[in-house]
Amino acid sequence: MAHAKIIIIGSGPAGYTAGIYAARANLKPVLFAGDKPGGQLMNTTLVENWPGTEAGVMGPELMMEMRNQAAKFGAEIIDKKVTKVDFSGELKKVLVDDELYEAETIIVATGAASIMLGVPGEKEFFGKGVATCAVCDAPFYRDKIAMVIGGGDAAIEDAMALTKFASKIYLVHRRDELRASKFMVDRVMNAEKVEILWDSELKKVLGNKLVEKVEIYNNKTDKTQEIETSGVFLAVGHKPATEIFKDYLELDKKGFIQTKLTYPGATTTSVDGVFAAGDVVDYRYKQAITSAGMGCQAALDAERWLDQK
Amino acid sequence: MSEDNQKQTGAVHLTTDDFKTTLNNEEGLPVFVDFFAEWCGPCKMAAPIVDKLAGEYEDKMIIAKLDVDGHNQIAAEYGVMSIPTAIIFKDGEEVDRTIGFPGEDGFRKMIDGNL
Repeated sequence: MAHAKIIIIGSGPAGYTAGIYAARANLKPVLFAGDKPGGQLMNTTLVENWPGTEAGVMGPELMMEMRNQAAKFGAEIIDKKVTKVDFSGELKKVLVDDELYEAETIIVATGAASIMLGVPGEKEFFGKGVATCAVCDAPFYRDKIAMVIGGGDAAIEDAMALTKFASKIYLVHRRDELRASKFMVDRVMNAEKVEILWDSELKKVLGNKLVEKVEIYNNKTDKTQEIETSGVFLAVGHKPATEIFKDYLELDKKGFIQTKLTYPGATTTSVDGVFAAGDVVDYRYKQAITSAGMGCQAALDAERWLDQK
Repeated sequence: MSEDNQKQTGAVHLTTDDFKTTLNNEEGLPVFVDFFAEWCGPCKMAAPIVDKLAGEYEDKMIIAKLDVDGHNQIAAEYGVMSIPTAIIFKDGEEVDRTIGFPGEDGFRKMIDGNL
């Protein structure tokens, strides 16, 4: 069994920033980076709104830098996924399969994961035409037809990434207007290769070894049609990764961790000594910079909590 | 131990030309192939792990990489449409596949399960 003053669970901007601050406070944090180290930004290309980088910065590079920075100051980074926690005692328990770790305080920064639709064929063809990272996989769709499901900024970014390679892109959205920002909507509306299928829902993914076609249901006309496509990119949103915390931490209806915005600290959860930061808490802003900011707050809140204990 | 004394490690980079011959290698070793590209973030995380495992398993399995950028036809032939994808081959036949980077432990489990 290993003992730490502070354990950070998560490796996005919130987790790594908490790691940098906690390490610099000489708390020797142990950071579990999980099975997708670096988080959602690993699936992006150029990030143009990270302050201090006029030319932009590549998402994966930004995350590698944050990781190295946390390690430089003494954070112990473990690329393992926490499978279970127990926050009932004074010492908080964190389990990685059978390995037990204990800490005085915990920062939860597990972020959010892509929502899967659960339609037939989705699982079977995952990685064989069904995907969640258009930036990674767009080049496989050179001169092919691809499809993006969703209506937010992420869906449009995916569609735009595909325009560089695919011959045609369907954007399938279940409503009659996009919820993306105006800037992004204008972009996709002007993209020649993109056809938007309004009021439409993915019902089935079909194919042999790879995806060949899909069934699309129109919720206004109540009709279902088959459409040929080689790729189905899911961008319907993210859900907070809070499954392992639900017995201990207060969550809202959608599964986000509830924190207190007032004293004793913005990142305080319903359990004394457990703090939370980033997309696992934030249903409103969801930016790299707000997550990093919250990670900093969590580390400072945890540090003060340890001091006052 | 100084750098000089350490054994040269790192995964073999395969190309379209030597892909099939590696799969059907004379030693009859299973082959682990990491399909990757430079532009893919999760692939970058996986790269040093794959190199590390190559050193560890060198007598038991050939640990190799294929840059899909430039060897697209191999990726297409094996139905790789998403990266990173790791496939283990035995006697030239696919026996296991993992889509996405499952972390070091994930790769270890996959390899150990196919020795």
